[in-house]
Amino acid sequence: MDMLIKKAGPGKKGNKHIFLITDGESFVKDSAEDETKEEQVDKLAMRLFEHGMKLDAVVVKSKSGFYKSKVRLENESLLKRFARCPQVEVAFVDTATSLLGAIKPRHITPVTLYRGDLELTPNMTVKVWVYKKVAEERLPTLKKYSDKAPSGAPHATHEVKMDIEYKSMEDPDKTVPPDQRTKAYQYGPQLVPISSVVEDALKLKTEKGVKLIGFTDASNVSRHYYMKEANIFIPEPGNSKSILAFSALARAMKQLDKVAIVRCVWRQGQAGVVIGVLTPYIAAEENFPDCFYFNILPFMEDAREFPFKSLDNLPSNMQPSISQQEAADKLVKLFDLAPEDQEERLSPERTLNPVLQRWYQFLHHKHMDAGAEGPPLDDALRTVVEPDQELVTEVEFVIKSFNNQFVLKPIEEKHKRHGEFWKEKEEERKGDDSAMEDVSQISFDSLTARKVSAIGSIQPVQDFEAMLARRDSDEWVPKAIREMKKLIIDLLDSAYKGNTYEKSMSCLSALRKGCVEQGEPLEFNSFLRDLASKCRGKRLNDFWDLVLDRRITLINKEEAPDSDVSEEEALAFISKERAAEVAREPAQEEEIDEMEALLGEVV
Amino acid sequence: MSSFSNYDRDDNLFGDDDDEEQEKDAYLDADVSRELLVYLIDASPEMFSPYRNQNENDVEETYFNAVIKAVTKDMKTRIISRDRDEVAVCFFNTREKRNFQESEGVFVFQASDQPNQDELSQPTARLIKDFSTINDNFDKDIGSRAGVTAGSRENPLYNALWIAQGLLRKGSVKNSSKRILLFTNIDDPFSDADPAFKRDMRRTTIQRARDAQDLGIVIDVFPLAQTGTNFNIGMFYSDMIDMTEEEKDNYVVIASDRLDSMVNQMQKRLFKKRTVRRLTLSLPNGMKLALQSFALFRPATPGSTAWVDSFDNKLLKSERSFLCSDTGALLTEPLLRFQEFKSHKVCFSLKELAEVKRITDIQLQLLGFKPLIYLKDYHNLRPSTFLYPDEERVSGSTTAFISLYKAMLRLKKFGVAFLGSSCRMVALVAQAEISNEFGQVEPPGIHMIYLPYSDDIRHIEKMHGSMESPLSKASDEQIQKAMAMIKKIDLKDFTYANYSNPALQRHYAILEAIALKEDDFELADPKDDTLPPEEQMLKPTIAQSVKAFKDSVYGPNHDLEEEEAAAQKLKGTAAAQKRKAAEDMASYDYDKYDWNELADTGKLKDLTITDLRIYLIKNKLQVTGKKDVIINRILTHLGK
Repeated sequence: MDMLIKKAGPGKKGNKHIFLITDGESFVKDSAEDETKEEQVDKLAMRLFEHGMKLDAVVVKSKSGFYKSKVRLENESLLKRFARCPQVEVAFVDTATSLLGAIKPRHITPVTLYRGDLELTPNMTVKVWVYKKVAEERLPTLKKYSDKAPSGAPHATHEVKMDIEYKSMEDPDKTVPPDQRTKAYQYGPQLVPISSVVEDALKLKTEKGVKLIGFTDASNVSRHYYMKEANIFIPEPGNSKSILAFSALARAMKQLDKVAIVRCVWRQGQAGVVIGVLTPYIAAEENFPDCFYFNILPFMEDAREFPFKSLDNLPSNMQPSISQQEAADKLVKLFDLAPEDQEERLSPERTLNPVLQRWYQFLHHKHMDAGAEGPPLDDALRTVVEPDQELVTEVEFVIKSFNNQFVLKPIEEKHKRHGEFWKEKEEERKGDDSAMEDVSQISFDSLTARKVSAIGSIQPVQDFEAMLARRDSDEWVPKAIREMKKLIIDLLDSAYKGNTYEKSMSCLSALRKGCVEQGEPLEFNSFLRDLASKCRGKRLNDFWDLVLDRRITLINKEEAPDSDVSEEEALAFISKERAAEVAREPAQEEEIDEMEALLGEVV
Repeated sequence: MSSFSNYDRDDNLFGDDDDEEQEKDAYLDADVSRELLVYLIDASPEMFSPYRNQNENDVEETYFNAVIKAVTKDMKTRIISRDRDEVAVCFFNTREKRNFQESEGVFVFQASDQPNQDELSQPTARLIKDFSTINDNFDKDIGSRAGVTAGSRENPLYNALWIAQGLLRKGSVKNSSKRILLFTNIDDPFSDADPAFKRDMRRTTIQRARDAQDLGIVIDVFPLAQTGTNFNIGMFYSDMIDMTEEEKDNYVVIASDRLDSMVNQMQKRLFKKRTVRRLTLSLPNGMKLALQSFALFRPATPGSTAWVDSFDNKLLKSERSFLCSDTGALLTEPLLRFQEFKSHKVCFSLKELAEVKRITDIQLQLLGFKPLIYLKDYHNLRPSTFLYPDEERVSGSTTAFISLYKAMLRLKKFGVAFLGSSCRMVALVAQAEISNEFGQVEPPGIHMIYLPYSDDIRHIEKMHGSMESPLSKASDEQIQKAMAMIKKIDLKDFTYANYSNPALQRHYAILEAIALKEDDFELADPKDDTLPPEEQMLKPTIAQSVKAFKDSVYGPNHDLEEEEAAAQKLKGTAAAQKRKAAEDMASYDYDKYDWNELADTGKLKDLTITDLRIYLIKNKLQVTGKKDVIINRILTHLGK
């Protein structure tokens, strides 16, 4: 503190920026003259202001707990008084991470994006200045380096020029000169050539200005609509009317929980307009104006409104149990980066970009030694990337109990050969429509969601699929196949005038599909052969006809390598059946004709 | 990690390439997001009955017309935001027939420049133009006819579904989604059918529709209610598209007074989900949740440009080569990169640069939670990304996700995490589901908001404070006046979806006109939705409250004061007066020199800059620049 007073003393011109890093524990001497410490501070602040100096004071808090010495309390209040000066930033930090973040070596003098009217209505305007509040600080763009210059040449630039040639697609040797080229824009599949004259017509003609569209409830503008880096609207400096109008508007909006929607064109003739939202910010100190933060909102064209399944309507076994929810509540509550009475950790204002930090360090090293390796991440910035071990240790029991509550199991990627899978599906569609109708409408989520452990007769296909999809045990696949077979037989046995055939057929094709996917062709093939002998020429012969009709046959080696039949054999299985059938029962054809006659010729 | 190839593309080594990475990821899924679509439009006489369009001054319009407008708009939207979609337009209940099956009552519409187009195609300017003006020739070329009539066995709806299905045969279900959008205002298409055939017609049509659905085609019905009657979805269509009871109850019939909302509804159903990428959220102590991320908001931009040969309008390809500035030698990639540092060129290999950016291998690391009030309005860098659990990769993710989501909502907190791929801190903000009568407005899940670092934040609030005295703050009365005004200028149902980007709209409108070779393309100027409703703002009730607020904060004589200030300004500010004085001086001193002779003898360079400026000021030329520049300017002006 003493140091500060000396440094900023009179006569030290040209010293534009002072960093003060202190623990704030040193006592400030009273002035020899009859000034209070407060007066000294004010005097200093004035002086800083006059000299255009900047002061960044960072007070590092010791970790000694909540007790603050009297000296420290006094110093803090003095510094806070200091902070009322526009040139002074005072930061209190208690971690090394924040200390780094609080010191800003590179200072950018902000420039206004817009100066002019904020038009509430054509008759009522407020003078505003708009600045960028957030601007992404990027890593520099590096140029390409050429090592072709002879070594030792003192004036070699080592720069690289880029040459672009435009060539005809058909004739790669033909170069098209610049004046023979036209820009073309895409319109659907078409490329529309646009000359530079016409190109201008494509652009929207805009008039500079910021206009209010209206106010609306803050709840109508969700936080995640914000599209870009934020700006800030401040009243024109020195214009007391604007400052007052801002103050009234900001406070009224705050009270009503409203935001303002504005249309902005920052520069005359700018290529587009933006719509944004103004949210009020009430200055904490008396000598700073109230202002607004501005964020760009999306246009209709920018949004993709996908519907997502409601999380509340997911099946109950996906909902957290009471104890799981309690564990999550505890985690969210106690794994806290901003507990009361403590400095907020990882506040964006106090957290350096670890990549930039690392890059500049690397640049420095490389400058000293061309062979330098990339530096490791600064320890103080570890906590940006990884959870703070200190904090994790503190709440370890909460984290552990949360972890214990949930079973997370990675699912291995299925090694399905896609082409085959789809081919199979196609075949199935041709073969059996009604089965696919049921299957196609359940998504994978709902499959895994329902933990089905038996196949019921109400929706057997879904149950079957769901059982196959279960990953928690190896038992489910054989069980599902077993139960499905039984169900098909049961259904057929209970058939009366073919009333269960459709369902049986759906089940059969689902079973076939399942067996292909699960690599159990033999299960299906033996079943189909059994079924054939059970039905053929007996009471269920008409069902068998249906099977042949839909061309449901044995699973061949192409579909599942474990199969015992080749593709030809599989085809032969049904065509042989068919041929035999035609030969055997010529009489049946007549019957079918009669049926058709009954139905009329509508089909 | 990012590959090196994209470094070459824009020379931007670090810039935005994590965005690019995301985009690239998106392309992986882009195939799936192509939509193949048939607009199936009822052209029966009922569709040509008029209704009153209350939104547009009660103009009478036909249902048919409203559908044409909506479909036109839909096609245009596709051009802007989904240019890989392919469409076909098919009318049914028509007098003429045109389709590959020669089925009665079905007419597949084709653009006039592609008469034999019998397939789906990306919408072209011509197709849209011809379609939007179809009314002019509809009666002549296509004609309307009642659908199913007594005594006839023709079933145009059945035929139309068959044709639509045929049109959609191209492309596999795997990498495209197929849809039929059916527009009609007749709830029972078979009401006039011969009782003898009615049941069968109904049955076969339903079967036809179901067959199509089994092939992975989604059928969306847009039922239009005729004035004074209800469209009973249960009559036929709910069976046709196999709705559940719940869906049936929630189905929105577009009432005749709200046909305009049809466009919005189509918009809502337009987009299929697109996974941007799969993410794994790591919790401390090694727990890992699988998530999917979606780009719900990304700025739409005018389509890409390319260079064409101006003789034949054929696409050109570009070839780049790198030359050494010092020697002119041709260089081959990969080259080193350099950064000027303390007037030295410090070189880096691409690998080293990539290494600097790679801080962690963890995709998304949870760091802790904070109360929502700590998320300031300016803590924003880019459009947010939406996260939803991915049960397919890690089972149990959904349950854990829901528990955290609920806890955050209840405790009003957000998660802070580190996103490894872009090296950014992000806020994870839970969003509860919000629905209205049209469906889901906000999907339930977690939005990932990109946070700035201290390097990115500027402290503007304190730049313009006053040192001496506290600034004036609004009094309670002024705040009251402001509140009264705010309540008057209130947008009740504000949603961004009401605002189209005027620049994009204009770009595409003009482009369309040029594509159609219309000469007066300047006429195609779409309405700008974003302009404030000035007429309303001047309405007495609003104007009064604004006036009250204005008088309260500016004082009653504000306008007068402003006028005086403006008048003062006209007389000249200090700077202007100074300039004037300089001009006077200049004309006085001007004659001291013989400028022509000085120029001829090359003696201009002997004068000082101040002297030279006299000439510039007198002749109203630009006065800035170095001495040689100024001399050159004078010589040029003298015509030497």
